[in-house]
Amino acid sequence: MARIGVLALQGDFLEHENVLTRLGQQAVEVRRPQDLLDLDGLIMPGGESTTFCRLMADFGLYEPLRDLLSQGFPVWGTCAGMIVLARQALDLPFPTLGALDIVVDRNAYGRQVDSFEAELSVPTLGEEPLRAVFIRAPVVVSVGEGVEVLARLPEGPDVPPAGAGTAVAVRQGHVLATAFHPELTDDARLHLYFLDMVAARQARPV
Amino acid sequence: MAVETGTYRVKCGLAQMLKGGVIMDVVTPEQAKIAEAAGACAVMALERVPADIRAAGGVARMADPERILKIMDAVSIPVMAKCRIGHIVEAQILEAIGVDFVDESEVLTPADEAHHINKWQFKVPFVCGARDLGEALRRIGEGAAMIRTKGEAGTGNVVEAVRHMRAIMDGIRRLQNMPEEELMAEAKALGAPYELVKETARLGRLPVVNFAAGGIATPADAALMMLLGADGVFVGSGIFKSEDPERRAAAIVKAVTYYRDPAVLAEVSRGLGEPMRGIDLRTLTPEERLAVRGW
Repeated sequence: MARIGVLALQGDFLEHENVLTRLGQQAVEVRRPQDLLDLDGLIMPGGESTTFCRLMADFGLYEPLRDLLSQGFPVWGTCAGMIVLARQALDLPFPTLGALDIVVDRNAYGRQVDSFEAELSVPTLGEEPLRAVFIRAPVVVSVGEGVEVLARLPEGPDVPPAGAGTAVAVRQGHVLATAFHPELTDDARLHLYFLDMVAARQARPV
Repeated sequence: MAVETGTYRVKCGLAQMLKGGVIMDVVTPEQAKIAEAAGACAVMALERVPADIRAAGGVARMADPERILKIMDAVSIPVMAKCRIGHIVEAQILEAIGVDFVDESEVLTPADEAHHINKWQFKVPFVCGARDLGEALRRIGEGAAMIRTKGEAGTGNVVEAVRHMRAIMDGIRRLQNMPEEELMAEAKALGAPYELVKETARLGRLPVVNFAAGGIATPADAALMMLLGADGVFVGSGIFKSEDPERRAAAIVKAVTYYRDPAVLAEVSRGLGEPMRGIDLRTLTPEERLAVRGW
């Protein structure tokens, strides 16, 4: 059983905890630097990135998170979590953690009435498409060389123009990010994928 | 690829993203920016805060779309706006200008004293007020994607929000202790849809996100509502009717995240200046009570 932290400053952290618990893992709520001790991985949930950043600054979480990320600690960000992990987030009045070489445009799809769900092909998870829920999601406008794109929105008449052809699930080594919310569906394949990343790091010789 | 917008999952999803956060009433772009910088997870764009609606009297209506659009331009966080209970067209206008959430609110003068809006017909999600479990489930039955307690808005007095949150939680605990064959009679007693009664009994919570609202004025008030089971809080007049809105707003945001940590609550409660004055509810006439609007 892995001990997975879930950043619990604001947002849908309980939804992630419920999936982890269902998968037989231990979920630990992280609000203070000391909550980061003895974890095997961390999930940064959906929510408001400005709220996350304000509280991360006020409660001293930026530095310990940067330290962990520089040591290869597995972290997965969904939506707001992706924004906070990015190298750059356009229009975000706070620094990001810069752990993932992508640039994101916050709320580029438009407003809530433009939020959507769709069947998404994620080849690494198998042939069965994934139901992906995008809530005021960020658009990844640039992807660095070392970043693996796990899924893209297709081009097509139905696809919101801002996101057509863009990356919506990316991985750079020990950092995973999705613009959508797997925690809002019953499909736990991305959680299992992240737990594999955690297990791979634990198996690595020190 | 089939892309679907405005599904119930997408509507409830935004409410889920707001959890653990504070939604603040604002009347200007400047106030909205203060709220965002303080860590608000959303703002409610209004013509007047509830305390001023009370003072002004007369008919309270949807805010001027021009005012709402300016607030939407000023911040990157979600913007909500209020329409009158049952005012289908005000809600259509709010959806058309692109607000992220519509509050069908008893704080405004009701447009329909018998019927609430059929919220299933909209792509924009709705939040509605409730005083007890039956009222909450009726609104969810009409398509609300989020519930909040009514409390008594514009009073700076948390007592009604506490009463309503306890009533909702007590109703849920009752359902959980009932054998299944009693749920139909309970649905009848609650005046609530049977399917939602069963769903609530199974989940042990409301099927949608449930915030506290109506009279929250201090970090301690906000933390109290979280302790009673709220998923987050709305703060109306409590911030911009206080002496130091910036500090109070930031303090209430921290109080909601760290509501189980009295040391943090003590720290953020220090030296905030005067809160809004507040009203003893026993001095209100029945006509002055907003929570009794709607059913």
